[in-house]
Amino acid sequence: MKRYILKKLIVSVPVIIGVALITFLLLNVVPGDPITLMMKEHINPDVVKRVSAEMHLNDPAYFRFIHFLWNALRGDFGISYKLNRPVSELLLEAFPNTLALAVAAAVVSWIIGIPAGILSAIKRYSFLDNFFMGFSLLGVSMPVFWTGLLFQYIFSLKLGFFPISGFDGPEYLIMPAIVLGWSSAGTIARLTRSNLLDVMRNDYIRTARSKGIKELKVVTNHALKNSLLPVVTVMALQVSGLLSGAVITESIFGIPGIGRVAVDAIQNRDMPLLQGSVILTTILVVVGNLVADILYSYLDPRIKYNKKEA
Amino acid sequence: MVDTIQPLLEIKHLKTQFFTSKGIVPGADDVSLTIDKGKIVGVVGESGCGKSVTALSIMQLISEPGKIVGGEILFDGRDLLKSSKQQMYTIRGNEISMIFQEPMTSLNPVYPVGKQVAETLLIHNSHLSKEAAKKAVINMFELVGIPDAKRRFQVYPHQLSGGLRQRIMIAMALICKPKLLIADEPTTALDVTIEAQILQLLKDLQEEIDTSIMIITHNLGVVAEVCDDVYVMYAGKVVEHSDVFELFDHPKHPYTKGLLKSMPRSDVDEQRRKLYSIKGMVPNMLRPPQGCRFHPRCSEAMDICKKTEPTVVTINEQHCVSCWKYNER
Repeated sequence: MKRYILKKLIVSVPVIIGVALITFLLLNVVPGDPITLMMKEHINPDVVKRVSAEMHLNDPAYFRFIHFLWNALRGDFGISYKLNRPVSELLLEAFPNTLALAVAAAVVSWIIGIPAGILSAIKRYSFLDNFFMGFSLLGVSMPVFWTGLLFQYIFSLKLGFFPISGFDGPEYLIMPAIVLGWSSAGTIARLTRSNLLDVMRNDYIRTARSKGIKELKVVTNHALKNSLLPVVTVMALQVSGLLSGAVITESIFGIPGIGRVAVDAIQNRDMPLLQGSVILTTILVVVGNLVADILYSYLDPRIKYNKKEA
Repeated sequence: MVDTIQPLLEIKHLKTQFFTSKGIVPGADDVSLTIDKGKIVGVVGESGCGKSVTALSIMQLISEPGKIVGGEILFDGRDLLKSSKQQMYTIRGNEISMIFQEPMTSLNPVYPVGKQVAETLLIHNSHLSKEAAKKAVINMFELVGIPDAKRRFQVYPHQLSGGLRQRIMIAMALICKPKLLIADEPTTALDVTIEAQILQLLKDLQEEIDTSIMIITHNLGVVAEVCDDVYVMYAGKVVEHSDVFELFDHPKHPYTKGLLKSMPRSDVDEQRRKLYSIKGMVPNMLRPPQGCRFHPRCSEAMDICKKTEPTVVTINEQHCVSCWKYNER
């Protein structure tokens, strides 16, 4: 297992470097000069020259890229052009907010999605099944920006249950987490339902019944673990997706997270900040995949990495 | 035979039907069958003749859209069809247990095999500690001939061969020392050498644990090997019933004769003979043929066979057949 994780980590290094390279190249071909941007109308050719040299902007591209990688390896992503603060500091500030939102949204989606999927599968074609499937279809189909605004209108403006936006304590998280969680709950519920129904047709379920196990226990003890495998993949990818910036949700609810940082960086052509947030996002996705792989081997012993037994 | 042996299982006129979108399919149609205590009874027939449906009806594990619509299943004096769900939970795996055709897929892939066997024991003996259950399972593993039983307790199904998996299934079925073991094609998925071992094992265990066994098979060789009594089924109906010697020596029903003739033989003069096969196909059970269901394939069919269903004729004490040929006697 340790060897497997190590192998996965080594394989992910080229992925991260590749993403860094592509971002770097794209940002280099985009027109616009960071110094002009920073100085706005007070452009002084001497200063431009000096700052260009300081920021290595005159160096060849490959040199700058290697320079960037080397610094990044030591946790230094450069200084934000716009905010004039270290990128790593800005990202570290934003990350906990994104993490809190992502975890809360994920928990909401699991709490709704998995039980809804199980109940729908057990009571197939019943009212309950139709209700849950309709509910999850609604969650998947409604765009987050619309649900977000709707929630703000109903629960903040009209009913005054939750603060409308900003980030100043756990109560600020509830609404965005539900909005974001609902949309992924639908996917999880549908996936759980269809997988469980599939697994229930297996021979070993018949064996379990023939042993005298009660129906509910057949589902929870024998079918569920088998049917969660694909759900876990989606869940892990979802979490890394949520972490890498629920851009829209963060914007609507005014949460200063990674997504907002990235959007601001794009708008300001703040190259170091954008590059830093893209790399962080990449790392999060890679880690999410790794977690999914590890969970796999826990759920299904047939996936035992590098371990053979007779 | 003096009739002092008590029947353990008596199926009377069992009717199990499948309500499909295209119509009603009779899975088991008026099936009557008796299994005496301590006997091994074979149920033979082609695929789709209702063998497994009969077995699953006993266990009441017929899944949608199937339904038992009539008859009685008397087990140890109780009618299983009148038993509640709760009562069936205590009977399944405990008093009647079952092993299935496909050992490769009949075990749950995500739990160690020992745990799966112990589960059966723990469900039916709630007072038992986990340690005691584990000990009992390892003993049972040894009994069914699983080498290195202690280590194998922790092993997952995918780490075992088909033969070993079937032994695990047998251990699981016998762990509660059931009164009746239903073995649904227990050796079909195994190769011949393993088949012989498993059959021998079933025979030995039957004596050791004193359980009755119902073996479902399409292989008359298996029947000859282990069974005391045989029921031959065709298209949802029992067409012939006899003890095993009588059946092989004096088969009566043309279908049974056909089955026996289509067995490969090793006799010298038989070697050059082309293997016989019963012509035609199993009928579409949505619209089973009128009269005797076998008549379209029967070489001895008469006019009456096409019109009226044959009744059961008793040839002698151990031998009954449903065929018009013997009605005239």
